[in-house]
Amino acid sequence: MKRGFTLLALVTALLLSFALYEALIAAPTEQTMGNVQRIFYYHVPSAWTAFVLFLINFVSSIVYLIRRNPKADILALVSAEVGVVFCTVVIVTGPIWARPVWGIWWAPGDIRLTTTLVLWLIYISYLVLRRFSTSGRTPVIAAVVAIFGALDVPLVYFSIWFFRTQHPSPVIGGGGSLDPRMARVLLINWAAFMCLAWLLSWTRYELEVAKRQVEEAQALESLLEGSR
Amino acid sequence: MKSMNYLYAAYIATWVIHGTYLMILARQYSRVRKEMESLRK
Amino acid sequence: MSFLEITRATLAKDIRLEWRSKDAINAMLFFALLVVVIFSFAFDPTAEESRRIAGGLIWVAFLFAAVVALNQTWARELRNQVLDAYRVSPAPANPLFLAKAFGNFIFVSVLEAVMTPLFVAFYKLRVLGPAWELIPIALLGTWALVINGTFFAAISLRTRSREIMLPLLLFPISIPALLGMVNATTAVLTGEESARFWIALLMAYDVVFTTASLLMFELVLEAE
Repeated sequence: MKRGFTLLALVTALLLSFALYEALIAAPTEQTMGNVQRIFYYHVPSAWTAFVLFLINFVSSIVYLIRRNPKADILALVSAEVGVVFCTVVIVTGPIWARPVWGIWWAPGDIRLTTTLVLWLIYISYLVLRRFSTSGRTPVIAAVVAIFGALDVPLVYFSIWFFRTQHPSPVIGGGGSLDPRMARVLLINWAAFMCLAWLLSWTRYELEVAKRQVEEAQALESLLEGSR
Repeated sequence: MKSMNYLYAAYIATWVIHGTYLMILARQYSRVRKEMESLRK
Repeated sequence: MSFLEITRATLAKDIRLEWRSKDAINAMLFFALLVVVIFSFAFDPTAEESRRIAGGLIWVAFLFAAVVALNQTWARELRNQVLDAYRVSPAPANPLFLAKAFGNFIFVSVLEAVMTPLFVAFYKLRVLGPAWELIPIALLGTWALVINGTFFAAISLRTRSREIMLPLLLFPISIPALLGMVNATTAVLTGEESARFWIALLMAYDVVFTTASLLMFELVLEAE
């Protein structure tokens, strides 16, 4: 266990440094956007990683409702939290890219960025609910909310898609095929960020397990003290 | 060359976000550790 | 008792309670009136501009006012452990949920019926598109707010600071519905484009979340 974790941390660090080198130096400079386009190698893989994590959240919420396995619940919590972190990266790097390219920080009609923002809001409300819940059955309620949030995603996407057709706005990197060398760098970066997500999730998972053990022990202790 | 600033800003922002999250995790870890110690006594 | 009977009995009880106390509806009406008055100070538009923004203003006012009513939905049942009684009774959970949703639908519809003329007067609105389309938009939009609102009100029942938890949960999920209502209303008011897509979106939203709520309400009721 411990050794697996160290190994993963090592691989992640190596992959991330290699990916950074590839993104900043090895990848060819884009012709119209210039070097700013290199934000793409952080922005897009982070978005993909966040979506994968939210998918894990959705699946493990369903699994929890069927099996009532606490591990599935912890996995749902962890994937939502790490997903929000990656989503934050997407939302922060998006405007930094948009500003020099379009001259504006935010285009409400940009379908991918806006969908990501709504996703971010949905999963933050999910995490807030988990924190604020006083019910003993928080996992059930949280799983239900997670499923509602996931059901909302296609609706969000289509509503923004139609909103865009009425309020046209530029789209980052939309259309056109990607230079194969750029695609390679993109995939390397994605692999690196997936490893990082895995590492963060693992850490957070262990932390949550420890937290729950402590809570249980504290409850037990106060019970014993009360009976004394 | 101004466009390079945006590039660096985006990369630095990414690592600041991940670093902050890692720090939050580390802090919670040490708190749980402490609580475990006090429970063991 | 059959499904329909339970729904009807609960709905009748809620409406009678509301009729006698008028708690939710008064608070909601006054709140919406305040929003309209404040908006009318904040935005002083010409007739052309007001047509463009009225769709947004009107639905935001309804959304905020609806939260006032939605927060009351289940809180009322907590007082004398009515909800616990319901849980141990053999009655299924869904009729209770549907009755609550219909009740909220009626309250919010009453609110809309009262506030819409005020909005028209304050903003000197004149509809340029097919006005009849506003009726399905209002019905679908209200149901979209109310179905998820009722569900999330039940979820936020056992949380700290319950009153603030409901909007925190409801607003992000409602974004597509809100986009639908606002853009459909604006489309009809300006008459510049068709509201068809937005109406279809609202329908899809209503179908998806009505189904999801009915499938999962039992879990929430027993967990709460």
